[in-house]
Amino acid sequence: MSQSNSMTPAAHQGPQTMEHAAVKGRSLWDDARRRLLANRAATISMGLLLALVLLAIFGPFLTPFTYDQINKNDVWAPPLTAGHLMGADSLGRDLLARLLVGLRVSLAIGVVATAVSLVIGVIWGATAGYLGGRIDELMMRFVDILYSLPFIFFVILLMVTFGRNIILIFLAIGAVEWLTMSRIVRGQTLSLKQKEFVEAARAAGLSDQAIITRHIVPNLLGPVVVYVTLTIPAVILAESFLSFLGMGVQEPLTSLGTLISQGAQDMEAAPWLLIFPSVTMVATLMCFNFIGDGLRDAIDPKDR
Amino acid sequence: MFRFLLRRLMVAVPTLFLVVTAAFFMMRAAPGNPFDSDRKLPPEVERSIMAKYGMDRPLGEQYVAYVGNVLQGDLGPSLKYKDKSVAELISEGLPTSAVIGLSALTLACLVGIGLGIIAALRQNQMIDNVTMAIAVLGVCIPTFVTAPLLVLVFAAKLGWLPTAGLNGIRSLILPVAVLALPQIAIISRLTRAGMIEVLRSNYIRTARAKGLSEVRIVLRHGLRAAILPLVSYLGPACAGLLTGSLVIEKIFSLPGLGKSFVIGALQRDYTVVMGVVIVYAGLILLLNLLADIAYALLDPRVKLS
Repeated sequence: MSQSNSMTPAAHQGPQTMEHAAVKGRSLWDDARRRLLANRAATISMGLLLALVLLAIFGPFLTPFTYDQINKNDVWAPPLTAGHLMGADSLGRDLLARLLVGLRVSLAIGVVATAVSLVIGVIWGATAGYLGGRIDELMMRFVDILYSLPFIFFVILLMVTFGRNIILIFLAIGAVEWLTMSRIVRGQTLSLKQKEFVEAARAAGLSDQAIITRHIVPNLLGPVVVYVTLTIPAVILAESFLSFLGMGVQEPLTSLGTLISQGAQDMEAAPWLLIFPSVTMVATLMCFNFIGDGLRDAIDPKDR
Repeated sequence: MFRFLLRRLMVAVPTLFLVVTAAFFMMRAAPGNPFDSDRKLPPEVERSIMAKYGMDRPLGEQYVAYVGNVLQGDLGPSLKYKDKSVAELISEGLPTSAVIGLSALTLACLVGIGLGIIAALRQNQMIDNVTMAIAVLGVCIPTFVTAPLLVLVFAAKLGWLPTAGLNGIRSLILPVAVLALPQIAIISRLTRAGMIEVLRSNYIRTARAKGLSEVRIVLRHGLRAAILPLVSYLGPACAGLLTGSLVIEKIFSLPGLGKSFVIGALQRDYTVVMGVVIVYAGLILLLNLLADIAYALLDPRVKLS
């Protein structure tokens, strides 16, 4: 959120600022940013995550080996030998190169699948909450029903049906993760629609659709942002479960989950194949979790 | 109460029906069939096998026949394991999966609630920080990382426990522990949050003023309200245990239902996949119902109607 956007009119009209006209107003977002930056775990996580993202984007261009390059002489090469910083796997492929590509794929799946779940969840939840009544009842009952299904089974069936397509993994996981998002959004919408500015918009003759997209959705930002940072790690985990069961990303392309599952098989001969991907995965997930927790504390301080 | 149960049943039955329908058609849309093998079967043999299992008829007809059979309690024969019915396969696998799942759930609740209470009572002290740090780790480390690591330490290096397979109680310790770990993490965080909020409420102050013992205040008055969010988490928890059990059964090569499902899906063993989906969906619906009832029993403000 940029500085100019964060200056809501309400902050200027507060009684405090009326008395001290020279004092700059503090908006919700200014406060939130200050609280977030004061949270050490969250700030460190943000730095680390930024580094991981940059590595995932640019790292694969910088490694001396490519992720699918088979080196017959380097089979099971331990770390720091034969030019392999993190060693090599059973085909002599450089683990560092594979790890960076795996990180890239896992992060991409996390972001895209979360975006899918975000779009579905926000539209569904905001519509149900805003319209209320029977439609709300019906839409949320539908969510309840989906909630009680063993979803991993359907994702597995989808994978079996349509083959291991990376786009499909995005969509399938996203289609599973939107349920909680829609519940959160609905709850928020229910309280938002009582507010005066929505009434004003309605009095001004705006259509329901315009009120939802222009007035309700932007005000949902806080809780939604928090939940997004908690959904991304959940998605990365879900993908790695699929990969572990042999239904995820296909060779030679890889993901953190695929790397870990291969590493677990070769654990005793080449422990580095399990250790490096596991550490990367855990670090990534922890970053997201700490940031999510930090954001929740910052945006919704009453929850602490 | 009775009306509540009836209403829930009226939702549960169509839900189960929906699950069966979706799974049936998704499975059939998958390329390949259960009789594919490396060696190509002569066309007439393949045709006669298909005819034997009624798979030469139109899909819609097969679906109606299948649903009819299921309603009569017949899940059909396995298409891959000769001479075995799906019911037999399920009754072989279900006990293992159920024992592991229920033990993990019990362990997760006991340890998670215990840790959560301790952390809440010592809020922001050393033990609270350590517990919560472990809880974050527990959520972040996937079961398929903890499992090989624990096997490496306790089975391969120390030799205390068997590495894999189903062979007495000792062989269940590692799978149950691994399965319970992420749930312990979540449950302890939920309990801590609930407990901290409850301990600030007025009726707890009243209980203190009456001079009740701290143990009684926490365990009897506090816990009852503090674990409410936990009860509504039990549904997702069971789903999480299911997901985990697919992985656990693979890692520890346990002959459970999850393994039958994954292998069945990969080999296109239609009837086995359908049978396992029906059993799991039924279980989850049942557990959700139990969670709702427990919620109402714990919180008298909630009326089941």
